[in-house]
Amino acid sequence: MTESISTYPIERIRSEFPILRQEVRGRPLIYFDNAASSQKPVAVVESLREYYNHYHSNIHRGVHHLAQLATEAFEATRDKVQAHLHAKAREEVIFTAGTTDGINLVAQTWGRKNIGKGDLIVISGLEHHSNLVPWQMLAEEKDAAIAIIPALENGELDLETYKQLLERRPKLVTFNHVSNSLGTINPVVEMTRAAKAADAIVLIDGAQSIPHVQVDLQSIGCDFYVFSGHKAYGPTGTGVLWGRKELLESMPPWRGGGEMIADVSYERSTWNELPYKFEAGTPNIADVVALGVAIDWINRIGVAAIGAHEAMLTQRATDGLKSISGMRIIGEAKEKAGVVSFLIGDQHPYDVGTLLDQMGIAVRTGHHCTQPLMHHFGIAGTVRASFAAYNTEQEVDQFVAATEKAAGMLG
Amino acid sequence: MTIAEKQQEVIEEFALFEDWMQKYEHIIELGKELPLIDPAHKNDEHIIKGCQSRVWLNAEKTDEGKVHFTADSDAIITKGMIALMIRVLDDQPAKDIAEAELHFVKDIGLHEHLSPTRSNGLVSMIKQMKFYGLAFHGTEA
Repeated sequence: MTESISTYPIERIRSEFPILRQEVRGRPLIYFDNAASSQKPVAVVESLREYYNHYHSNIHRGVHHLAQLATEAFEATRDKVQAHLHAKAREEVIFTAGTTDGINLVAQTWGRKNIGKGDLIVISGLEHHSNLVPWQMLAEEKDAAIAIIPALENGELDLETYKQLLERRPKLVTFNHVSNSLGTINPVVEMTRAAKAADAIVLIDGAQSIPHVQVDLQSIGCDFYVFSGHKAYGPTGTGVLWGRKELLESMPPWRGGGEMIADVSYERSTWNELPYKFEAGTPNIADVVALGVAIDWINRIGVAAIGAHEAMLTQRATDGLKSISGMRIIGEAKEKAGVVSFLIGDQHPYDVGTLLDQMGIAVRTGHHCTQPLMHHFGIAGTVRASFAAYNTEQEVDQFVAATEKAAGMLG
Repeated sequence: MTIAEKQQEVIEEFALFEDWMQKYEHIIELGKELPLIDPAHKNDEHIIKGCQSRVWLNAEKTDEGKVHFTADSDAIITKGMIALMIRVLDDQPAKDIAEAELHFVKDIGLHEHLSPTRSNGLVSMIKQMKFYGLAFHGTEA
């Protein structure tokens, strides 16, 4: 073991995830489905209990003590997200139900206002359906066009084609920071700079990046950035849309209701200021409070340390899998974050996943909600192992051995 | 043999296995041995789409009022499960197929393959097999 690995507090981290201390089919659970959703540390779960047992109340307008405590805790998460992303202003942080929700918000507000007939939307070929379908719906409604930045054989985006697409002056360019199905880390700074030089608005899907890489909005320079809490050790049903203040201010509200108004009469209503304009109704208070705890948890260990640990696991898994006859690693970008996608010969991913499950190993199989990308590679899907802060080298070794066993059974 | 007797036969066969590996090796073997479906039937008209694996099912009514099934899947474990379904339901009277209670899957510990979360097409396939039974039985009268 190298020195940097030996100082990584893996035992302490694992002790904070009770869910990992269980057996599945008589074997210790190995959870490698983190790109779908990560597990939650005790601190996050406890914060939910603490909230409901001690200071639950509706927020913002209450004059009483509990309302003040709940409001402070809820708004503290906004400050934590702002600091974590290096956003300029706290009101640029909008709480959503998740990445999908955030993208739909932008498509339905900024998009419906700014995308018109014949306008071009450029979308990366590595996208989750969540960052494709909302734009297809918008393009259909507005008679706009969509162009795709193709993926190269190694799972990186074809940046030459991207530059040619930018010459067509798209209104919007969107790509993920990290690919969910292949793990590719896209060169977001370079891609954003090129898009801004072509006067495009840039939205980045950060669903897979937040738990693995440091996000600095000031150095990226994009206009919108969205992510989900549940992939970053936080609760389900939480997410963030960050947007540039002047853009968010220019956008009409999406959902109408309480919280998002300034004044309401039967004749007309006026909208509340940012961020509340986009947070209609009683928000997901408890889970947003817990999301703040999840961000604290990540920062206590450090994104860089977690990322380095996961990179080591990814490399170890990739090297181990490659020793299996017929192994095809799908996606070997130079920069990758915590994902190994693969196929064994002609074996169906479902079969491999089913046998791994029999050995207590949780992986995801199928198209990973990226069907067009799978078509691009001429495959129906892959087996995907994805890693988190609490995974170990021993688990990777057991996974490689189990995969070899599955390959033998199917072969 | 009736459907009930066929189910009992499968249960006894699986009782011999000592661990999950033997069981799955057997299913994989059954999948490999499943008679091929007529390529003409492996089309969109016969497909049952699961998110994870796809299933093709064809049913024909025989002269004796029985139903003859052929099927295929792109996943071998799903195909092995199909082989078991066909073994139990193939060439049985249409009415019996429509009314069959397929308890054997649970009894041999493979019930999870019929969970909707697996989205492997098997649940829909069984529904479709029973539907054929019902439809063919209805045309007898």
